[in-house]
Amino acid sequence: MRADKGTGLALRYVAAVAVTIVFLFPIYWLASISFKTPDEIFASPPAWWPEQIQFANYAVLFKDGDVVTIWNSLVIASVSTVCAMLLGTMCAYSIARFRTGGNLFSDWIISNRMIPPIVIVFPVFLLYVRLGWVDTYIGLIVLYTAFNLPYVIWMMRGYIQDIPLELEESALVDGCTRWQVFWKVVLPMARGGLFATAVFTFVFAWNEFIFALVLTRSEVTTFPVQVTHYFGGQSNFWAKIAAMSMLGTVPIFIAVALLQRFLVRGISLGAVKG
Amino acid sequence: MARLSIRGLHKFYGKFEALKGIDLDIAEGEFCVFVGPSGCGKSTLLRTIAGLEDVDDGAIDIDGEVVNTLRPRDRNIAMVFQNYALYPYLTVFENIAFGLRARKTPDTQVRERVGRAAEMLGITALLDRTPRQLSGGQRQRVAIGRAVVRDARLFLFDEPLSNLDAQLRDGMRAEIKRLHQEIGKTTIYVTHDQIEAMTLADRIVLMRDGLIEQQGAPLDLFERPATRFVASFLGSPQMNFMPCRLERRDGAATIVFADGRTLAFGAERSADLSAHEGRDLVIGIRPEHMSRALPDRPPAAGAAPISVLVDLVQPTGTRTYAQFRIGEVEVTVELPAHIVEHPGTTIDLLVDMTRVVLIDPKTDKVLSNGTGETG
Repeated sequence: MRADKGTGLALRYVAAVAVTIVFLFPIYWLASISFKTPDEIFASPPAWWPEQIQFANYAVLFKDGDVVTIWNSLVIASVSTVCAMLLGTMCAYSIARFRTGGNLFSDWIISNRMIPPIVIVFPVFLLYVRLGWVDTYIGLIVLYTAFNLPYVIWMMRGYIQDIPLELEESALVDGCTRWQVFWKVVLPMARGGLFATAVFTFVFAWNEFIFALVLTRSEVTTFPVQVTHYFGGQSNFWAKIAAMSMLGTVPIFIAVALLQRFLVRGISLGAVKG
Repeated sequence: MARLSIRGLHKFYGKFEALKGIDLDIAEGEFCVFVGPSGCGKSTLLRTIAGLEDVDDGAIDIDGEVVNTLRPRDRNIAMVFQNYALYPYLTVFENIAFGLRARKTPDTQVRERVGRAAEMLGITALLDRTPRQLSGGQRQRVAIGRAVVRDARLFLFDEPLSNLDAQLRDGMRAEIKRLHQEIGKTTIYVTHDQIEAMTLADRIVLMRDGLIEQQGAPLDLFERPATRFVASFLGSPQMNFMPCRLERRDGAATIVFADGRTLAFGAERSADLSAHEGRDLVIGIRPEHMSRALPDRPPAAGAAPISVLVDLVQPTGTRTYAQFRIGEVEVTVELPAHIVEHPGTTIDLLVDMTRVVLIDPKTDKVLSNGTGETG
């Protein structure tokens, strides 16, 4: 009996370690390439780890000014996330508490999110040419905000509906205006959902590729688009690809690490009421 | 302090009419309790006073000012909610100070007033904690603190004790009453618990189906109910209702049950009841208005004897509830402990006929109330 239990536990650990390796290995491989010399990258049999950690691949990105694309991504993703969260949360509050737009309005909103980006990318391009928004921060920020709004509204509506109405009514009687209720009661109460939704919104804007590819040239190129520049017709710059990808992973890694507990709660939203 | 006057108040939810024309006056400093079964409209009425629900027709007037269209914040009302409505992300201090801060009260005044309210409620030691770290009773105190800290003209309580266990509820009930005596503000309190209503109220407003069934001082309602509903709602255990016929026998108005048993009124009420003789009625007898007949003592004036076979005994410690049947109806009598200990015992009871009520079975209106006082 006891032996069976021990074996079961051991098997579970083995399975867990195996799964972890499968998921982490590509990241490890990416990181190891970014620190390798060209010889090591193309060595056969493969060099499992770099002989010596060297930062030359990163230094090149800084020297050539390619890292500015990380900055571009950071500006576009951050500003569009803040805009989408601000607008979306206010819309969600209105829908949750005043039934704005009737019962099906939020279903209609979320259906907008289901449009494949490729379908609208060229109309948007033509529009942006007219507006002079191609290759500008504002162009991508507006587009990402619009694209993320349905998701934010949908998620925040759920979180806001979970806030006991009494808390808001109590604040109203105590002397708050609707705006004060929104800022002083609704936002603090929905803080967990706010962070979780913001992270997913940020990640979408950070990783978005199609719009960024079509709507940028050289001024506000984002990092995913920049990575594709290293795939050449003659050869691929694996060292640069790896180093740039690693730099692009860092902000997401930091965001997820800081907000992990909210993310777990965000994913399990609605699973357990309480 | 404030006077409240409500005239012709109607409230609809879609086609459902929650309030069907409420007229009500509450005097300055009065403790008024809205009581009634679930769905009777008592909470809706309270919420319209607070401004949390719009009114479809009628007027709510506070101190001579019609407040129908005023926002809740402009009515200067404080309200305690059923689920405490405390903000989990704020300390107890900030929870109590919330209303003052919303009205931009200077910080020194906030400190002073929160301190005073906390002292009054005995929660000074808890000011730095968060609501999560408090027990149910402590949370309720904080919620009351939030209300008293503001100099509101009207206090509203929406079933504030219904989430507490029985023992705590008794304690908090006494505290709320003491608090009202101390600060003397006009208070409206909603509950479905008739004991809370009886113990707290200067005036009870008993509601049913969106209308006020009867209002008045607690003992007035208890002793002189206007309808069968009022008679049955107040009092625990409930009043017993039995179909009967009123006849004149041996010169006295007499209740005759279907099984032939009788209860005769004394001379005084007999005269008053002559108009109803020969009618089928319902008699209402409170369990505590029956007592055991003592063989060595003559019955008091107006007491009618009846012999019953007990079929259920429920001792509560100080009192014992015994049940028996009259015809098809199960009747409960409240007796001192130890008088009857086993079902199957036959006992002789005396019914205090000065206190029974007679009800018209068609209209459910009380035709004749007792003349005696509940002692």
